[in-house]
Amino acid sequence: MTVDLPIPSAVSPLAETPAASCGSCTLHNAANLKRLGLHVDGCDAVVALAGNPNTGKSTVFNALTGLRQHVGNWPGTTVSRAEGGFSLGGSAYKVVDLPGTYSLLSNSRDEDVARDFLLFGDPDVTVVVVDATRLERNLNLVLQVLQVTGRVVVALNLMDEARRHGIEVDVRHLSRELGVPVVPMAARRGEGVPELLGRIADMTSGETRVRPRRQQALAPVVARAVDELAGQLSAEFPGLANARWVALRLLEGDAGTERAVRDGSLGDLARQQTARIAS
Amino acid sequence: MKLDELRRTERAVVTGLDAQGAERRRLMDLGVMPGVEIVAEGTSPLGDPTAYLVRGSVIALRRCQARGIDVDDGAHR
Ligand SMILES: Nc1nc2c(ncn2[C@@H]2O[C@H](COP(=O)(O)OP(=O)(O)O)[C@@H](O)[C@H]2O)c(=O)[nH]1
Ligand SMILES: [Mg+2]
Repeated sequence: MTVDLPIPSAVSPLAETPAASCGSCTLHNAANLKRLGLHVDGCDAVVALAGNPNTGKSTVFNALTGLRQHVGNWPGTTVSRAEGGFSLGGSAYKVVDLPGTYSLLSNSRDEDVARDFLLFGDPDVTVVVVDATRLERNLNLVLQVLQVTGRVVVALNLMDEARRHGIEVDVRHLSRELGVPVVPMAARRGEGVPELLGRIADMTSGETRVRPRRQQALAPVVARAVDELAGQLSAEFPGLANARWVALRLLEGDAGTERAVRDGSLGDLARQQTARIAS
Repeated sequence: MKLDELRRTERAVVTGLDAQGAERRRLMDLGVMPGVEIVAEGTSPLGDPTAYLVRGSVIALRRCQARGIDVDDGAHR
């Protein structure tokens, strides 16, 4: 099944750098985060919540943030967004609830928003909330997120439902296969919340070693086309960190990516990435 | 046979997709890919779209989409 997924093979080397954070340092990506409409003043790390619709994302969000939350829209859209925060071990975390999607690959405004945030907001940790009773379906999004960032914690939610249906999940094996931590949860009862907080903190501090599962084997003819196109993209948009990922999207005929190349917004984002490397 | 020939409550296994590009990607994101079981759940009053159960979730496909999906219902082997 995995063989059939058209998964790109390259991601930003930046995405692999663990984000250092402490009480006094500023966010590593504040400019882009602001551009994406996020108020990040006074926080040390940004946590994004992704997941299929109806996996308990909002329930996890509430469990993490309690009453400290704010609801608005993503800039320039009617897609609603909840953001909130929590403190842990002396650090202030900002939590952003991304739109619930089955995919990151630009089929709708929701998916554009989620993908752009992961690509360009470069959150310190991305929690992908998955439904333990529909794991096969949910892993599609997990694998797509792993293409964009390795700093992922999988929240294996609805474990109470899974148990009720006699579904057992080998959590350690799953974690080994995906190369990122997996936390079993029943968020509605608060089960697994302290463990999730712990994994988020470990990921933020750079303590967690990840080996994100990625499909490497592109057909040679596709690999050549990706290389060629990525080269042209890098020449056109110096500093673009996800050139191969972008090239693959273009080859797939992805309309959103095409738009970003045509209207030059890809260039703005690349320039900000360059500024970040230089700083 | 094609998926649009599947009648309500009947089940089949997806064997192939005619769609290319973004449309193919979309179907696969919805869980429709070779080897996956699919059940016809019901049709809207106008006969289009039809609801299908795939990998534990119900999705809606238009007839033109369903026509591009090859399935095996076990009767035509
Ligand atoms: N049994 C069970 N239900 C849950 C759990 N987490 C969330 N839910 C329920 O699942 C439904 C969808 O949750 P919600 O947080 O709105 O999902 P979202 O669409 O992903 O934001 C709600 O009825 C929740 O109460 C859980 O761990 N166990
Ligand atoms: Mg929600």
